[in-house]
Amino acid sequence: MGMGVEIRDRMAKRAAEEIKNGMIVNLGIGIPSLVPNHLPAGTKVMFHAENGITGMGPSPEKGKEDENLCNAGGFPVSVVKGASYCDSTIAFGMIRRGRVDMTILGSLQVSEKGDLANWIVPGKKVPGMGGAMELAQKAKKVIVLMNQTDKFGNSKIVNECTLPLTSARCVDMIITEMAVFQISDQGLTLTELFAPHSIDAVRAKTGCGFVISGNVRVIS
Amino acid sequence: MENTFNKIIEINEAMKHFRDGMIIMFGGFGGIGTPPALIDGILENGLKDLTLIGNDSGFPHIGIGKVVSQGRAKKMIASHIGSNPVAGQLMTDGKMEVEFSPQGILAERIRAGGVGIPAILSDIGLDNDIVTSNKQTCNLDGKMYLVETALTAEISIVFAKKADPYGNLIYDKSARNTNPLVAMAGDLTIAEVEEIVPLGSLDPDEIITPGVFVDYIVPSKGVNWNWAWE
Repeated sequence: MGMGVEIRDRMAKRAAEEIKNGMIVNLGIGIPSLVPNHLPAGTKVMFHAENGITGMGPSPEKGKEDENLCNAGGFPVSVVKGASYCDSTIAFGMIRRGRVDMTILGSLQVSEKGDLANWIVPGKKVPGMGGAMELAQKAKKVIVLMNQTDKFGNSKIVNECTLPLTSARCVDMIITEMAVFQISDQGLTLTELFAPHSIDAVRAKTGCGFVISGNVRVIS
Repeated sequence: MENTFNKIIEINEAMKHFRDGMIIMFGGFGGIGTPPALIDGILENGLKDLTLIGNDSGFPHIGIGKVVSQGRAKKMIASHIGSNPVAGQLMTDGKMEVEFSPQGILAERIRAGGVGIPAILSDIGLDNDIVTSNKQTCNLDGKMYLVETALTAEISIVFAKKADPYGNLIYDKSARNTNPLVAMAGDLTIAEVEEIVPLGSLDPDEIITPGVFVDYIVPSKGVNWNWAWE
């Protein structure tokens, strides 16, 4: 949504910090797909795709694409050593059984309690939930990468989602172009700022109150 | 190739099993793993008023999307139609009914149908009216679950890499996706395959779909559409 490459990369890089050795991680389309570019060399992580790949690798170079080896968005990928293929029930079994450590996805709205609304705009856009419900509900950690506001300037972080929920109380962390928020039983906490944004500027574009961490990190 | 079990047939023969108004289940994910010759057969034979069950509605010119875009389906049961704007328009215009099911639950409903289980219990989507509407619920050990009913079809169409004359199937990488599940859930299952190999040449340990579930095998000429990334 008109967000510059540098800003998208800065958000993806921050999300990449959450990925630890040995994790199984599912990435949504858009900014989340940039996250692997920012992992430290040698990080051992298995990327999971809903269409039945565990151990997804980078896009192949042009001309080396395999039409039968694509991610859930339908684009060619490769596999890393140790990868496996499975059918759709197994791919989602991994999610529901709690074997997927983290999902990083986009959203339309997130509430201060961590409710996620990311697939329906009633009367306008009903593309279907795809695998978002299972991922939001069952991945061990849910990180949302999204703009602070929608194209009309309305905050996407809200008291209560006005859009239909994908899943209630599931989001652990929000990364926007302005700030990073943690969500816990205590509610929403601002923990980090992307320079040059100020806490006041974030507050002006956030649709609910939030606690400010005692030690706000500024990311340049 | 010796047609030991009389399962190997040509596409024209296969199409004699289809008729208007049928419930057809298809393998594939975003068109990958959807059988191209059988899709063209459906189009060329003018089949209409179909109920289509599968992961998604493909892209307008890819996979099942070709059938959807021509308005041949009266209903779809799928998890996602976002990659096919024509499907969204048909739904908005009231020309095609769409029942959405969360992706993994849809796959389990198909699997349940394929293995003779009437329904499964699920806690996915309890916070969303579209998922919960018109579904029975069940309380088990103090927790609430949705009763997600099994899905079967009059015909299942799948795409595989190799078959032997018995219909034992192996798939190719991520083109496996829903195919092994769809293969089990058809009253009649037709597999379009890239290669037919002699009986005994597939390692029994590697077979993903036992030929028990496959009624007919149709040789494929491969994918005849351009992918979105091409």
